[in-house]
Amino acid sequence: MRPFSWRFFRLWQRDRDVFFRLWRSEGAGAIIEPILILLAFGMGMGAFVGNIGDQRYIEFLAPGIIAAYAMFAASFECTYGSYFRMEHHYTFDAILATPLNVEDITAGEIFWGATRAFMTGCIILAIAAAFQLVPSFWALLIPLVAALSGLMFASIALFFTSIVPSIYTFNFFFTLFITPMFLLSGVFFPLDRFPEIVQTLSWIAPLTPVAYLTRGLFQGEFQPNMLLALGIMVAWAVVFFSITLVTMRRRLTK
Amino acid sequence: MGESPEPFDYVTMAIIRTINLTKKFRDLVAVDDVSLEIEEGECFGLLGPNGAGKTSIIRMITAVSPPTRGEIWVDGRELKKYPREVKAILGVIPQIDNLDEDLTVIQNLLTFARYFAIPKEVAYQRSVEILHSMALKEKRDSRIDELSGGMKRRLIIGRGLVNAPKIIILDEPSIGLDPQARHMVWQTLRELRNQGITQLLCTQNMQEAARLCNRVAIINRGRIIDIDTPQALVSRYMSTQVWEIDVTSDERDSIIRELESRQLEFEEFAGIIHVFPKDDSQVEGLPGAARAATLEDVFFKLTGRSLVE
Ligand SMILES: Nc1ncnc2c1ncn2[C@@H]1O[C@H](COP(=O)(O)OP(=O)(O)OP(=O)(O)O)[C@@H](O)[C@H]1O
Ligand SMILES: [Mg+2]
Repeated sequence: MRPFSWRFFRLWQRDRDVFFRLWRSEGAGAIIEPILILLAFGMGMGAFVGNIGDQRYIEFLAPGIIAAYAMFAASFECTYGSYFRMEHHYTFDAILATPLNVEDITAGEIFWGATRAFMTGCIILAIAAAFQLVPSFWALLIPLVAALSGLMFASIALFFTSIVPSIYTFNFFFTLFITPMFLLSGVFFPLDRFPEIVQTLSWIAPLTPVAYLTRGLFQGEFQPNMLLALGIMVAWAVVFFSITLVTMRRRLTK
Repeated sequence: MGESPEPFDYVTMAIIRTINLTKKFRDLVAVDDVSLEIEEGECFGLLGPNGAGKTSIIRMITAVSPPTRGEIWVDGRELKKYPREVKAILGVIPQIDNLDEDLTVIQNLLTFARYFAIPKEVAYQRSVEILHSMALKEKRDSRIDELSGGMKRRLIIGRGLVNAPKIIILDEPSIGLDPQARHMVWQTLRELRNQGITQLLCTQNMQEAARLCNRVAIINRGRIIDIDTPQALVSRYMSTQVWEIDVTSDERDSIIRELESRQLEFEEFAGIIHVFPKDDSQVEGLPGAARAATLEDVFFKLTGRSLVE
């Protein structure tokens, strides 16, 4: 494994510039969907669900939606987004002839994916606050959790991108990995109805600690496992970031 | 051969040196033991048919592709140890179109300049100059997919100059350019060489090689066949004149018999017989006409006339 350098920032800047040039077509859709989910499930279905513990369902749901959509933002950016730049536009090929190396490109893509997750976290949190759903000031830390989870999911996504044979393979990534987590990692309902063993296993899914930590901060209630959740996220991020530095080099230098 | 480059004084050190450079793709040896020395300030041509290994050599020299074996030294540094430092002084014009489709024309240049950590004002000034010299001023804010093929090519060439490189590496620069644009690019390259900028130029265009290159290497199937100035290659492999006979089918056999009886060297290609006489008396009385031998004749002679698969 070779290290990356500060030059990753040049690629990050490139991705940022492109995003803000095109955000009307790309970014707007990404914001509307979580709002719709929050309204439909939180208010519509919440009326039937009633309260969870002593909070309204929409208050339970909101932090889960932040965690889930931060995951989506990072994952889409570093699968389809990175793949197009790599294989269809040869953008990375062109950049490799400049002082940036493969590791700078890899780190730049991952940090940009994390930035997308951070921005998504901020925006949904702001919307939730506007609906007066946020009970605690600790929620101000949520964007940082979103950024860390973005780092983790961007690393995992780019790892997958570095080994896929074609763009269609991403279907597997989303149907077998991302969607099950969206549904089963404690975004929509608490996991404590499941048997003990399933609860423990669900912590293998990287979204579970993110949803747990985000919800804890959202409500300002500190639970013993929050540090554990943080540790798991850091571990996933470090492992996949490192592996991806190696697999991207293998993919890009032929 | 038209206007040829001024004679070049070979006393400087090699600015690009490859030592036993080899590249394998599985069983295929794309580049086979290539040792080159390119002098500072010269324009060096790599000539070879499709699949000869030109692009593979260039991709290794620009640190995009790691060699299977061998060493590369650029400007006194080993590429493997100092890829960033070396790439900082290279201007690379690749064969494929890899412009950044998400950015406009000028943003392509500015963003590229940023990869080289060039200060903003300098980058902007240089980009404007480049758009001017590549006749793309009107397209400054266009999207890439609004450009014609030749405009894209010009922008790629311009992008390769944005870091004011010490060495320019060009892979088929004039492919897809109309004659006006081609001459404009040649003029630019000539000016750059007059400023002392070294050039490594891959091409299949013999006219381009003869006009621009101080020396050329002819490569085939990954191997160097010969290296010299275009004039020296022509005089080494060719008699001064080539006798061309445009044959029709009924006279072909008798002409060939005549050539064989005179023990002349000749090749038949696309309905034309090219005869390489030692002196004029050998072709006396034959149909056809004399023309000066060119680099293209050398190219055919050394790499064969049939297409390589
Ligand atoms: N990534 C790759 N994987 C496998 N084989 C490759 C790869 N790149 C090039 N080759 C092979 O290496 C050989 C040399 O290719 P290269 O592109 O260097 O030729 P070239 O001289 O640039 O040809 P052209 O004039 O057509 O551009 C060819 O046989 C080609 O098929
Ligand atoms: Mg080529």
